[in-house]
Amino acid sequence: MSKDNQILEELTKSDYKYGFHSDIETESAPKGLNEDIVRFISAKKEEPEWMLEWRLSAYRHWLTLKEPTWQNVTFPEINYQDIIFYAAPKQKISPKSLDEVDPELRATFEKLGISFDEQKRLTGVAVDAVLDSVSVATTFKSKLGELGIIFCSFSEAVREHPELVKKYIGSVVPVNDNYFSALNSAVFSDGSFCYIPKGVRCPMELSTYFRINAMNTGQFERTLIVAEEGSYVSYLEGCTAPMRDENQLHAAVVEIFAAKDAEVKYSTVQNWYPGSKEGKGGIYNFVTKRGLCSGDGSKISWTQVETGSAVTWKYPSCILKGDNSIGEFYSVAVTNNYQQADTGTKMIHIGKNTRSRIVSKGISAGKSQNSYRGQVKVMKRAEGARNYSQCDSLLLGDKCGAHTFPYIDVENPLAIVEHEATTSKIGEDQIFYCNQRGIATEDAVALIVNGFAKEVMNQLPMEFAVEAQKLLAISLEGSVG
Amino acid sequence: MTTPNEYINTVGKAFEKFEASLNGSKSTFLHELRKESLAAILKSGLPGPKHEEYRYTNFGKALEKSIAYEGIVAETAAASAPTPLDSFEGYKLYFVNGKLDASRSDLGDLSEKVTVTSLASAVKEQGDLKEYLGSIVKSWPDAFSHLNTAFAKEGVFIRVKKNTILDKPLYIIHSNDTSATEVLAHYRNLAIVEEGSQLKVIEANFSTGANTSYTNTVLEIFCKKNASVEWSKLQLENETALRIDNSLVYQERDSKCTINTITLSGQMVRNNLYIALDDENTEAHMYGLYLIDGKTHVDNHTSVDHRKPNSFSNELYKGIMDDQSHGVFNGKIFVRQDAQKTNAFQQNNNILLSPNAVINTKPQLEIWADDVKCSHGCTTGQLDNEQLFYLRARGISEDKARAMLLHAFAGDVIANISVGPVKEYLEQLITDKIEN
Amino acid sequence: MLKIKNLKASVEGKMILNGINLEVKPGEVHAIMGPNGSGKSTLASVLAGREDYQIEGGEVEYIGKDLLDLSPEERAREGVFLAFQYPVEIPGVSTTNFLKAALNQVREHHGKPALDAVSFLKLMKEKMALVEIDQALLSRSLNEGFSGGEKKRNEIFQMAMLEPKLAILDETDSGLDIDALRIVANGVNKLKTRDNATILITHYQRLLDYIVPDFVHVLYKGRIIKSGDKSLALQLEEKGYDWIKEEADTVSA
Repeated sequence: MSKDNQILEELTKSDYKYGFHSDIETESAPKGLNEDIVRFISAKKEEPEWMLEWRLSAYRHWLTLKEPTWQNVTFPEINYQDIIFYAAPKQKISPKSLDEVDPELRATFEKLGISFDEQKRLTGVAVDAVLDSVSVATTFKSKLGELGIIFCSFSEAVREHPELVKKYIGSVVPVNDNYFSALNSAVFSDGSFCYIPKGVRCPMELSTYFRINAMNTGQFERTLIVAEEGSYVSYLEGCTAPMRDENQLHAAVVEIFAAKDAEVKYSTVQNWYPGSKEGKGGIYNFVTKRGLCSGDGSKISWTQVETGSAVTWKYPSCILKGDNSIGEFYSVAVTNNYQQADTGTKMIHIGKNTRSRIVSKGISAGKSQNSYRGQVKVMKRAEGARNYSQCDSLLLGDKCGAHTFPYIDVENPLAIVEHEATTSKIGEDQIFYCNQRGIATEDAVALIVNGFAKEVMNQLPMEFAVEAQKLLAISLEGSVG
Repeated sequence: MTTPNEYINTVGKAFEKFEASLNGSKSTFLHELRKESLAAILKSGLPGPKHEEYRYTNFGKALEKSIAYEGIVAETAAASAPTPLDSFEGYKLYFVNGKLDASRSDLGDLSEKVTVTSLASAVKEQGDLKEYLGSIVKSWPDAFSHLNTAFAKEGVFIRVKKNTILDKPLYIIHSNDTSATEVLAHYRNLAIVEEGSQLKVIEANFSTGANTSYTNTVLEIFCKKNASVEWSKLQLENETALRIDNSLVYQERDSKCTINTITLSGQMVRNNLYIALDDENTEAHMYGLYLIDGKTHVDNHTSVDHRKPNSFSNELYKGIMDDQSHGVFNGKIFVRQDAQKTNAFQQNNNILLSPNAVINTKPQLEIWADDVKCSHGCTTGQLDNEQLFYLRARGISEDKARAMLLHAFAGDVIANISVGPVKEYLEQLITDKIEN
Repeated sequence: MLKIKNLKASVEGKMILNGINLEVKPGEVHAIMGPNGSGKSTLASVLAGREDYQIEGGEVEYIGKDLLDLSPEERAREGVFLAFQYPVEIPGVSTTNFLKAALNQVREHHGKPALDAVSFLKLMKEKMALVEIDQALLSRSLNEGFSGGEKKRNEIFQMAMLEPKLAILDETDSGLDIDALRIVANGVNKLKTRDNATILITHYQRLLDYIVPDFVHVLYKGRIIKSGDKSLALQLEEKGYDWIKEEADTVSA
């Protein structure tokens, strides 16, 4: 480093030293958002200058944007100056045993069939020596390391692999993409970074590891997955266990970059706190997820099971740039009580012979509103592009709504785009048939709903499919009767 | 969301001029309605490219002209040219440049149970007009409908009294001749089809001339109990015609309504179709064909509003786009909470014939009732190669085979027009168009 | 086991059952026959608890309980099994999964532990042989795309799995070719014990060649107008329903 730079760095450093002298030692930033807060977060994470600049440019852009209003959801206005944008993971007072954990929460764990050990991890009960999560994690890590796979927290990646982060961050979801992604870019707390080198097939679901470490990722999570030529990875985010996060606003960003012939499979199970039965509280889940099939023959597949959050706003998308690249979107979104979900996907066909497939299953119950919103866009150059979309809605009860907003834009005469949608209710004759075999109405509903969602559930990694099925049933409890 | 203020100022000024030209007729309820509508536009503005409902269809600068009332309204009707529909059996009303051509119109032996008159006469003679005029527009507001309400002076009023079946179809034939000057028409049609009655209307639009014609029309149809209406729109204007067509239908119990919208040419055409099914056992059919080439831009926005139980709607729109033409389809199905046992089906199929043609389609379901069967399907593609091959293997030339398949594709829509001569006429037009 | 006393029921305001009296004891097979529209299927649906039907009077005692007081699933768990005339299709739900849910809920009701996957599979294999049903069929979505015969065989297979006390077969024979009929009948016969009872609802005497009833009842206009042994069925086969209808109409006139 040249002397000038050194001086410059010292100057800038001392700048916020003055501004936040006392706060630097504390764990949280004060409420509200301004450039100093962005600097504070960056400093707290000991980030290099370029990262800070990147954050600041995102912040400055955010200031010029307005919160979007086009989605089919309503919620009270968010006061961004009333949010604490950075809080280091607190050492919570851990319950000594599961007996101290909220019985309602435990009941849900039981229904999901989550093991005691895992329940302990999820609730923060001190874990016994045999199942030390850190050592498990380390084992995984060394195994992955042998293959050259990098899988670490985002902060660690910024420190250890700055050249990779610098190259790919914002390459799929640019800083100026949308209101919430700009916000995330400015203040993201942490997240995951995953890099699969050329020709490597990741031998395990990255879910297991992630699950152990998923707890303290914070409300502005950022994930970046880079799959080099010919590589493969399957990644699972979230878990079926209910998440009682205090932070109301979650604005995550996920970027996936797939090089030639690379394949990335990304699965999500989202079960954040949906608010009370009366519609009080709950998480606002505003997520930007996008994958870029950059190279020829690459493939990105999104699978999501969305049961939680009070308001969900998310459209995992694929930009099919490489010729013969493939995008997939499989989604089950369940809304009950007063939940609102506006979710779907975008498939942007740029390359020749690109293919995409959309299967969306929306289930609405209670007084909830469930919207599918999607776009299939075939650009002029995308000769031979093909899309098939199937969007089905199932209604339980007469107070909820199901809405479908598919945009289909085709600019190439050699493309074939097919879209089908249906809306129906659970038939009384189906329920009676189940009743007659001794199955209670609520279980019958669960059975039928799982059948309805099967095509999507089949896409989930095996270990989660079973839990996710139970999760659907739990989410719909009390919706028929 | 709104267009620049300058447009709005133009609207305000145009209205003042329009008002001045009305002389004595300012005290009618119609004029109150005009002022309300004007206020509504001044408030909302006219939809620009960022307006969700108009994102693909931007009338842009053209709007400015279309609303500048002065100067482009031809005060005298030119002599109307003959049209291919002249020889068809039925009642005829001819309009030239938006004005009634009484000399050619022929209502012949129209039953006294059927009233067909000008909007201006209806305002004077029809005591209950106030209950109807503009009432459907209020439940489905659109800036262009408001604009029409504010400026419309000409149009057709139709009333079919209880239990009357109109024996022959009524043709409303518009010809715009822009060879001398631009033409602007805000005409307004209203049909009240009373209990147990039946009406068939063919509304055809032709244009000639190199100057632009601007048409912004509103049609309101009231389908009373057990009434049946078939209204077909033939949009056959030339490449200098801009058209915004707003059709709104209100249906009572046991009524049936079919709206056919056939667009074969024009510069830019926007059709807004809204059908409210406000009682049980109502049935609505919407059929549309846009077979376009050159730089023609056609945008069909349809909405069917199921408000009560046991209603049925069926929609089929098909598009064939060649050259640099641009098709837009947006079909909304609303099923309100009360509308249990609704059956609603929608299908939109498109074929792009050229690398420069574009289609934007958005079928949309909004459902608040649970005991419903609704579906929509939508495809964009090209002719089936297997079918093509089959025909060619039987000795049919590729061109002929293509034409046959395209004709069959479009024919699905035309088949729903029940007036024989009109169907045959359209089939011929389609054949000519496909084979050229 | 089952005592039906003066049972009356209506659907959408229309009386269908006008006072049914019937007693079924363990080990018995009863056939209920009658012309179309006589109320046969209504009787089956009412016994199973379908909610579209309004009970207008009478009572039904089943193993000492008031059957009409129980929900459909409680009836099923207490051993009432209805083989549906038109088995419903449930997309995405395999027969195997469906039955596992059903069987375990029935077991739970009787205080028995749920069967693990291995024992369930073993039981299934055993019962499959009984109705000559193919494993592939059971992993497909419930009744979806099944032929008529496959649906009916699946009903009997479910009956075998759930081992009901009282099985009501609603027109299980209609639309079956002779081979399918034999398989179905064979299944029913093998499941017969001294402790369970069967009610066969049928339009045709043909089924009774394969499943021999102890009693035959003729249902007409919502009432049992004649009861007898299997010879009554043969008589019906020979003479049709007209003579019996006339008899009934004369009596009620």
